[in-house]
Amino acid sequence: MRWLFVKDLQILRRSPLLVGLLIVYPVVIALMIGFALSSPPGKPKVAFFSEVAPGKGKIQLGSQQINVSSYASELFKSIQPIRVHSRGEAIAKVKSGQAQAALIVPGDIVSQIQNLVTTGVGSPTVELILNSKDPLERQFADQAIQSRLNLVQQAVSRQVLKIAISDLQQVLNGGTINFAGQNFHLLGLRNSRAIVQGAAAAVPRNSPLRPALQQVVAFANLAIEGLGLSGPVLGSIGNPLTVEQTQLAGRTTPTDSYAVAIAVVLSAMLLTLLLASGLLAIERTEHAYSRLVRGLLTPGQLLTEKVGLSAMCAGIVSLLMAAFVSIFVHLDWSRFELWVVALAFAGVAFGTLGVTIGGVAREVSAASLMALLVSLPVAFVALVPGTAVSGAVKTLLDVVAFVFPFKAALQAVSNAFSGTPPGMAGPLLHLAVLAAVYFVLARVAVRRFA
Amino acid sequence: MDPRSWSARARDQTTSLRTVSTTAPAGDAIATLAARSLTKRFGARTALSEVSFELKASQVVGIIGPNGAGKTTLLSILAGVLQPTEGDVVTASDRPIGWVPQQAALYSKLSAAENLRLFARLEKLPDPDAAVERMLAQTGLEDRADDEVSRLSAGNRQRVNIAIGLLCRPSVLLLDEPSASLDPRQRERLWQFIGGLVEGGTVVVFSTHDVGEAERYAGSVLVLVDGELLFSGTPAELTRAVGGDPRDLEAAFVRFLHARGH
Repeated sequence: MRWLFVKDLQILRRSPLLVGLLIVYPVVIALMIGFALSSPPGKPKVAFFSEVAPGKGKIQLGSQQINVSSYASELFKSIQPIRVHSRGEAIAKVKSGQAQAALIVPGDIVSQIQNLVTTGVGSPTVELILNSKDPLERQFADQAIQSRLNLVQQAVSRQVLKIAISDLQQVLNGGTINFAGQNFHLLGLRNSRAIVQGAAAAVPRNSPLRPALQQVVAFANLAIEGLGLSGPVLGSIGNPLTVEQTQLAGRTTPTDSYAVAIAVVLSAMLLTLLLASGLLAIERTEHAYSRLVRGLLTPGQLLTEKVGLSAMCAGIVSLLMAAFVSIFVHLDWSRFELWVVALAFAGVAFGTLGVTIGGVAREVSAASLMALLVSLPVAFVALVPGTAVSGAVKTLLDVVAFVFPFKAALQAVSNAFSGTPPGMAGPLLHLAVLAAVYFVLARVAVRRFA
Repeated sequence: MDPRSWSARARDQTTSLRTVSTTAPAGDAIATLAARSLTKRFGARTALSEVSFELKASQVVGIIGPNGAGKTTLLSILAGVLQPTEGDVVTASDRPIGWVPQQAALYSKLSAAENLRLFARLEKLPDPDAAVERMLAQTGLEDRADDEVSRLSAGNRQRVNIAIGLLCRPSVLLLDEPSASLDPRQRERLWQFIGGLVEGGTVVVFSTHDVGEAERYAGSVLVLVDGELLFSGTPAELTRAVGGDPRDLEAAFVRFLHARGH
């Protein structure tokens, strides 16, 4: 078996272009996917046109003002604004592809909001124009703007409520307000009640004014009680729901190291599948299989050699890749031996799947094509979040992820990199079982080689 | 050496091929290789049916028959690549059986010497390098030893293919259509080479579509049709059996098949 191993290395050494592609292609694909998963999307370019005249973006709320224009800066946190000077220019930017969307704020937005705040009637509206050519870009821009608009709406609501609560407190307790540049003193309900109570006590018991004054005191009591509750009630409406997050599993895998684990495992899978399936198929393409298993080697030894060689090559490339990426992303080097263990189990499981593919395909180009066709969907299926699909589809995806080694390998390697739950024992056992099953399948498949 | 000189001698060995039955004793002479009632089924299809014969030293046997007759299946079973559904193969010699498949079983990215060395090591020969040198010399490929097999001509590839089959110094060499992809000049050199092996006492069994080739080089022929062994004997016996011109085996072969409804 050792000499077959040497022979395969000789063949690989004499195929530098193929080996280069075998290494570069999976690494590039894996790094691209890893970085895509770990990097947040950029801000969409949005043409922004406000018809509100400069200095006219203020809403008068009783004695106070809200500057609506100041909230535009909130919106710009999630978009890359391209300021334009007309609605037509904004639309042209979208049509030409320079902007993914256009956001147009009408000139009467301030009066619309003012009307809503003071009368409770109306629906202030801004105009959003989306590029309909690319559905993904459209969705991306729409989500970025809508989520930020919701935040702006909440901020405005909170400010309005704050002012309303402040005004109510002044009605209740009295104070000083500034209106048109002049200070005015407000008596307040509580002070008014005290005065009326004093006046009622001062009038004779049989005075006809006394019942009337007591009615005013009773009303004041009721109003004070009601308004005293209004502050907390309105405050609770301003912040209707507070979400408190709890992490049940203690530590979680850092996003960056998880992305590295995905990149490393994806790379290992592609490389191992391509190598194992190709090297086995070569034995048949070169008509050597029958000669080899005619007393020189057993089919099991031949398969073991292919699995071992491909797992070793993929393991070395994966470790080098992880070492390189660790320059930029923190990986726990004190767990290096666990990296090796996880990658060895993953490599063997992928290798057995590879020889199964090679056994079924029986021809090098068909084996390579099959390896690619199998590996990419298997990876994507394992990466689909369970919450993103319905129950039945989730069950189906779970089954597919279970019968292929990618997900278990990802769990094992991710744990090896970061030491986070659920631990390595389960995934390693899963990989060992899959390797045994695939080895048997490969053994059956190569019967057709003879 | 003129290949015809050894093939003529091979034709004289008319008594060393005999068919056997599963129940009959193998005979008084010691057979180098005996097939006993070999049957091979692939699912519902029967590729070989009750094929029996014996081979003895320094014999050249040609297996002829139409396409799909079972020639490759028979050689594969004799070589141990396929297991028979029924029957068995008995060898009298301690030396292994050499097998040369129809298509060159070589690694095209390795050189001729590297291919030989790989199989010499897998055969666990005591001195692989010496075996490689011996086979390169025997096949006349010393000057092409370091060339990648992919750069060799079909004839030279076939020589390396045969050399690998000979590494273990077999008592019996099985060749599956050895000259199928060769031009006449390469074919003649191949048969010259095989002639040297026969001179050394090796039993050579080859399959071929070319009845003329069997007539020229085989001392005995086996006629396989639809998995059944319809005839075993010398080419002259085959022509006599159909009453044809003893100098034209091909015509006799066709008449033989017609006479049996094929």
